[in-house]
Amino acid sequence: MPNDNEIIDNIANKEYEFGFVTDIEMDILPAGLNENTIRYISEKKKEPEWLLNWRLKGFQAFQKQKLPEWQNFQLPPIDFQKISYYAAPRNKKKYNSLDEVDPELLATFEKLGIPLSEQKALTGVAVDAVFDSISIATTYKDKLKELGIIFCSFGEAVQEHPELVQKYVGSVVPHSDNIFAALNASVFSDGSFVYIPKGVRCPMELSTYFRINTENTGQFERTLIIADEGSYVSYLEGCTAPMRDENQLHAAVVELVALENAEIKYSTVQNWYPGDKDGKGGIYNFVTKRGICKGANAKISWTQVETGSAITWKYPSVILQGDNSTGEFYSVAVTRNRQIADTGTKMYHIGRNTRSRIISKGISAGHGNNSYRGLVQIGPKADQARNFTQCDSLLIGDQCGAHTFPYIESKNNTATVEHEATTSKIGEDQIFYLNQRGIDSEKAVALIINGYAKEVLNQLPMEFAVEAQKLLSITLEGSVG
Amino acid sequence: MLTIKNLHAEVEEKQILKGINLSVNAGEVHAIMGPNGSGKSSLASVLAGRENYQVTQGEVFFSGLNLLDMSPEVRAREGLFLAFQYPIEIPGVSNINFLKTALAEIRAHKGLPPLDAKEFLRLSREKQKLVEFDAQLVNRSLNEGFSGGEKKRNEIFQLAMLEPKLSILDETDSGLDIDALRIVSKGVNKLRSENNAFIIITHYQRLLEYIVPDFVHVLYDGRIVKSGTKELALELEEKGYDWLKEEAREKATTI
Ligand SMILES: Nc1ncnc2c1ncn2[C@@H]1O[C@H](COP(=O)(O)OP(=O)(O)O)[C@@H](O)[C@H]1O
Ligand SMILES: [Mg+2]
Repeated sequence: MPNDNEIIDNIANKEYEFGFVTDIEMDILPAGLNENTIRYISEKKKEPEWLLNWRLKGFQAFQKQKLPEWQNFQLPPIDFQKISYYAAPRNKKKYNSLDEVDPELLATFEKLGIPLSEQKALTGVAVDAVFDSISIATTYKDKLKELGIIFCSFGEAVQEHPELVQKYVGSVVPHSDNIFAALNASVFSDGSFVYIPKGVRCPMELSTYFRINTENTGQFERTLIIADEGSYVSYLEGCTAPMRDENQLHAAVVELVALENAEIKYSTVQNWYPGDKDGKGGIYNFVTKRGICKGANAKISWTQVETGSAITWKYPSVILQGDNSTGEFYSVAVTRNRQIADTGTKMYHIGRNTRSRIISKGISAGHGNNSYRGLVQIGPKADQARNFTQCDSLLIGDQCGAHTFPYIESKNNTATVEHEATTSKIGEDQIFYLNQRGIDSEKAVALIINGYAKEVLNQLPMEFAVEAQKLLSITLEGSVG
Repeated sequence: MLTIKNLHAEVEEKQILKGINLSVNAGEVHAIMGPNGSGKSSLASVLAGRENYQVTQGEVFFSGLNLLDMSPEVRAREGLFLAFQYPIEIPGVSNINFLKTALAEIRAHKGLPPLDAKEFLRLSREKQKLVEFDAQLVNRSLNEGFSGGEKKRNEIFQLAMLEPKLSILDETDSGLDIDALRIVSKGVNKLRSENNAFIIITHYQRLLEYIVPDFVHVLYDGRIVKSGTKELALELEEKGYDWLKEEAREKATTI
């Protein structure tokens, strides 16, 4: 079937469009990882002693742990001593206004479609821009402050709101949770911090944009979002990296805390450099994301569109502690060339009448490998808990793979757990049918993919749904000749 | 409008079309009949540009252009429409969104901007009425879960929306009950004009009572073995294909 083969070839040949490098003077810590690395970072950031101690505890936990072996792919060896753990644009340590930011940096973000000057910024979206280890700028900060909303870099939160940070950091993802979370706890550089006060509905999308630039550095950001009682926030994270032949490690941690009646919507459009068509280079995206619905009627919703990275390994999870709380997970993961995605979610039903909904859509092309791995755990007190899981896989060509690993553990027989799974292929017939109506093959693939992923894309904030749709099309562009 | 000269084509190294000659002018309706497996759908596929068919000899001109040089989507944009014998299901893609995309591509090819939302909606309503197509089906996923008859009627709705120059209907009548057949035929008759043409592939004379053809051709074993007017269809209905097969075989041996 020539058409199918062409699809595969062309998907494989599509280039990554954010692969440029910003030429800027950087302060880079030499590669290597030991206690001094951690002390250096902590000192550089003028951190209080409790935080340094917490980092050091994280480092001890890291040293005790081994790389996991349960994954459905060959994990390449990672030499943690060859990575630099801190890289920041040389200049002042803190920017007081955008005027002080290196124009080269502003241009970088503008080129990525993230203008940081408020005149040009997307209306209705406040952005925290992180470049390598450092937060460059946060837009609309003052406007949010009027409502009592705190949206700033993690580093700034440590200085300005230490009591909040100390109370919640590590409360959802402990310093010893897993090897990458422990590594993050020890060397995390920056990230975003959000606090929404009681009863406040955040009037705009909050967004963080992560950019890895420097060679041989890892990116270890930490995000903490706290939605106080009865509040609401929608948060979006985006990311890109230059094309490099070496693999780079991204080991972030995201913690969400939703108190009684609060709702957090967390969306990710992940577009790290995926490596070239032979699998050379690309980001290892090993991220720990977890939220807790602490109070009754709380809701946490994860939406992710995963198109980048050489290896993606993440399971955004929700601990449903409060009665009647809700956890949701909506995911589209695309793998092509030699990309690997092992992703899914974990829903821990603890409280009564807790509900979770999982919609996972995998798309594999070329030699891509896509696994869904999900855990639904129902505790003994979770009376009437309900879960619905739908796991779909779409294959383009016959060299790619899709796998589903659903785990269900129920300790309460009043609970209902439903699981549905489908696998389909984009057929030559479908493409020809659309061709015959005047639609070229590239658009045909885009149309089919967007139709397939619609249920997930619809969950994204309006401003980003269109972008994500385009990203999916671009990622699979050239799918045909 | 369409000129087919000595067309030979094969699929998977098997010769299917063995020298087809056919001319279709604007304003005409041609019927192609013939037993199963004689190559009717293959002819439609080759004209539409399906990639698994290799043309080994002959040429085809469409509105003065070399059809065989064009990609399937360009053929469609130039005004060639195939109503599929087995329409394809595309889950998640809404019928209407698909048609909007298709129409925009065809218009762009003619240098026209896409219709705005209001104009498009108006056009869609008008055509739904013209071919009596269920409004609910318009918003559903493309052919997904449609009954056989609904799929066929959707093909005619698409035809009405895209207003092609040449429409090839491949057994659109099979799987339709008598009421649906009447509706579809009525739709096609309304769409007939001096400027367009139809090739109607069918097994049954029944359809040709509703859509009256100017010419009837019989395709057998990759060749057109007999052409005539609408009376030929009646004769076939009465006598079957065997006498033609016999004739064709005799011809082949005398050559
Ligand atoms: N993809 C294919 N591979 C092999 N043979 C095919 C293929 N498609 C059609 N054929 C063969 O071509 C011949 C003509 O088929 P078709 O054009 O569908 O006939 P009709 O539409 O007149 O019934 C048949 O013998 C059929 O088996
Ligand atoms: Mg046929």
